Amino acid sequence: MMRYLPLTGHDREAMLATIGVHSIDDLFVDVPEAARLNGPIEGLPLHATELQVERHMTALARKNTVAGEVPFFLGCGAYRHHVPASVDHLIQRGEFLTAYTPYQPEIAQGTLQMLFEFQTQVARLLGTDVANASMYDGSTACWEAVGMARRITRRTKAILSSGLHPHYVSVARTMAKYTGDVLETAVPDLSADMDLDRLIAAIDDETSCVVVQYPDILGRIGDLRPLADACHARKALLVAVVTEPVAMGALKSPGEMDADIVVGEGQSLGVGLQFGGPYVGLFGCKEKYVRQMPGRLCGETVDADGKRGFVLTLSTREQHIRREKATSNICTNSGLCALAFSIHMTLLGEAGLRRLAGLNHAGAVHAAERLAEVPGIRLVTERFFNEFTLDLGQEARPVVRTLAEKGVLAGVSLGRLYPGEDALANGLVVAVTETTTSEDVEALANALQEVLA
Amino acid sequence: MTINQSGWKPEMTANDTAAAAPTFTGNRALMLEEPLIFEIGSTRTTGVDFAGGDVKHDRLGGLTRKEPIGLPGLSEPETVRHYTRLSRQNYAIDLGLFPLGSCTMKHNPRLNERMARLPGFADVHPLAPVDTVQGALGVINELAHWLIALTGMHGVAMSPKAGAHGELCGILAIKAALEKRGEGHRKVVLVPESAHGTNPATAAFAGFTVEDIPATADGRVDTQALEARLGPDVAAVMITNPNTCGLFERDLKRISDAVHAAGGYVYCDGANFNAIVGRVRPGDLGVDAMHINLHKTFSTPHGGGGPGSGPVVLSEALSPFAPLPYTARTADGHIHLIEEERADEFAEEHFGGRLDSFGRMTAFHGQMGMFTRALTYILSHGADGLRQVAEDAVLNANYVLRSLEGTLDAPFAGAGPCMHEALFSDAGLAQGFSTLDIAKGLIDEGFHPMTVYFPLVVHGAMLVEPTETESKAALDQFVGALRSVAERAKAGDQALKSAPHFAPRARLDETRAARKPVLAWREPAAPPAEAAE
Repeated sequence: MMRYLPLTGHDREAMLATIGVHSIDDLFVDVPEAARLNGPIEGLPLHATELQVERHMTALARKNTVAGEVPFFLGCGAYRHHVPASVDHLIQRGEFLTAYTPYQPEIAQGTLQMLFEFQTQVARLLGTDVANASMYDGSTACWEAVGMARRITRRTKAILSSGLHPHYVSVARTMAKYTGDVLETAVPDLSADMDLDRLIAAIDDETSCVVVQYPDILGRIGDLRPLADACHARKALLVAVVTEPVAMGALKSPGEMDADIVVGEGQSLGVGLQFGGPYVGLFGCKEKYVRQMPGRLCGETVDADGKRGFVLTLSTREQHIRREKATSNICTNSGLCALAFSIHMTLLGEAGLRRLAGLNHAGAVHAAERLAEVPGIRLVTERFFNEFTLDLGQEARPVVRTLAEKGVLAGVSLGRLYPGEDALANGLVVAVTETTTSEDVEALANALQEVLA
Repeated sequence: MTINQSGWKPEMTANDTAAAAPTFTGNRALMLEEPLIFEIGSTRTTGVDFAGGDVKHDRLGGLTRKEPIGLPGLSEPETVRHYTRLSRQNYAIDLGLFPLGSCTMKHNPRLNERMARLPGFADVHPLAPVDTVQGALGVINELAHWLIALTGMHGVAMSPKAGAHGELCGILAIKAALEKRGEGHRKVVLVPESAHGTNPATAAFAGFTVEDIPATADGRVDTQALEARLGPDVAAVMITNPNTCGLFERDLKRISDAVHAAGGYVYCDGANFNAIVGRVRPGDLGVDAMHINLHKTFSTPHGGGGPGSGPVVLSEALSPFAPLPYTARTADGHIHLIEEERADEFAEEHFGGRLDSFGRMTAFHGQMGMFTRALTYILSHGADGLRQVAEDAVLNANYVLRSLEGTLDAPFAGAGPCMHEALFSDAGLAQGFSTLDIAKGLIDEGFHPMTVYFPLVVHGAMLVEPTETESKAALDQFVGALRSVAERAKAGDQALKSAPHFAPRARLDETRAARKPVLAWREPAAPPAEAAE
């Protein structure tokens, strides 16, 4: 009667007989009478065919505006990139898709070797010595980095850049309420530069870490080296957050500028937009801090025959061993998204990543300069990778809504990200990737010109 | 087809001696060795073609990367082959029974995958204007509705990214509720000895002190000990039901009433909800918060270790403290996404009450891709199918439990039926033989081992969860294999000590991996100096 259940009525009878009971209810005797649900779940229909379910879900899907079908410019922590066809094919191999956490390494070398490769790719991309086997997403990785800095420095004051994604700030603020961390936060202003000078001035002997996003929420970039030096002079750590890993194909990595912990959102490579999740958190750091790292780690070893193999390692940091003394309560990583990231990165290779990053930057420069020609628009961000901020000269949020009605997804208004901050209300963050065509840019420029007039 | 249900015992023959000889490549027919991408790729190779112009002038402000990154690339055919070869070194549900207790490795329906990939779900930005994503919000809202209905609870927080993240959500909601009541001084969370490690780790993270509750001889929470410990310093009790011994906590309602009377809250670890879905609603047992692992009960794939998804259903007392964002459908049919702004006004306007949200757990709105899959699964099974899921899961586990009677020690089997998983101990194995040997022996029989050494309350625990998606024939073969391996362990068969013999790798040296961690590949030209050991 139901396609996912192999037992037949005859099987069930035979098994009940083997067990020595008369009916299935005899197996639920430990459920008190009062707790037994005897009728069906209210309102839930009976089982449905594939075709019926597909019709229902397709109808829901049709109510959404698909990014790939319209001029599309949204970013702010989630980017639309072209994912090669073979990525999705490979991650759907059942041996990857339907495997568990590799706790039995002899029959999980596929996942383990992939994770070892992923860790190496991520470490090189971010410029760190090591990286873990992934976190839930960028925002949770960012918070875990703050906690890790607290454990390393034994200090509790973290200074967050005003350019850090406001959702990331919100997550950190939520968690800090319970851990005793003191967060110093600020709202960005519509200026050309990151708030590096402000951060340097704020560091003191109580500071555990400075958290800086690169490129930041407005798309701005800056040299992190002086900030790293200032942190280290006070024995604080520099945590850098990368929400657009493709940028690492064009820009110096935070690790190269001496950041101690570099975390990121890996969604850009392999994963797709998916309305916000699942994504994949990247987490790298200097080797000396590895034992304070959260999350799973895969390491190289040998088997009893001397052959190279891989295992999950340093698990004495983790909850299933340490219980209440663990470095984190985290139990899963984002394995399949890490696989997608790793396959996409392997397809690109260094040459492809650099070319991809170049295309993104070229497209963004073209778009920024074209849009700045629209009367009433000022380009706020002068140095950027593939995302920049415009000052529309009027409130951006209604403009975005109006443009959506015209079939143009114009970007993310700062009014959406910073409700109530009047000084930011005119800001629009525009992202351009290799999927953006010059026709898309013209469509956006023309629509803006029409609406702003 | 013939299946030797009594198990196969390896015997060396002349043919096997030839089979033991090395090959030129190191491969063994379909068992293919595969190097690392760093050993076969090149930084000049790419498997992606690009069209488009070059950068005429850059706006990178002097931050252009100059140093090489060290990322090897492969062409598309080489990439496909590399990952296909790696995949074949994995065991997976698609290959066979995967009886990991507590982990619920059930079949992952492919319709779920197809639905999650509809462009209307897969190619939608989380910050797109709300009017353009009514269908995506509709999925979240509809799934939320069914999760509430299936659990008999009052509200649900959808954004937690995994089970442990959901636990944290529930515990933070409890903490916020206590603080709102002016009872932030309640610092103790009671956790049974048999709990998942995430429970104490979560409670400790939120600043609580964890105290163990003992178990009774029949594998359940010692209700009297628990009740005796309740008092003005106890914030919450975290209970897994069905518990990690595979047993239903018969006294949960009584415990909930006692905890509530003492001013605390009840957190239920819902990892094992699949055993009771459609038959028991946790809300009827007095639970205040419970996470639901969509990757367990609702069949979203485990993916080699995630992504998971852990929505948390909440009682009326805790719902106002749920994290942002959340979705709400108004009478006009419009679905709202309530983020930091306007949350309080919206709640007042539409629900006649204020929110006391404890904050935000993640960027954006949770694991949308998993929501789509879980909703597809719930609609596929429907009310009758989901109930049958629980019944078949419990039937299969009891069948395994009884079929192994006389072979393995089942410490709680005398107390009655189990729920969805059967628990055994290592009692009766020959001197020097352990649960680990049985696990590795099962690998040679073509099965993934059961969960081992968990729960901690049973010596050498083996926790078998077959799930409802196994046929009787598959169970019979597994039982035969486990019986055979257990008999070898009881008889002291030395060959078992070095199992697995037929896997891609023999037992791996985990001590070496941890003592001197090698966590990233480095060029052999500049190897890390090997200190004399």
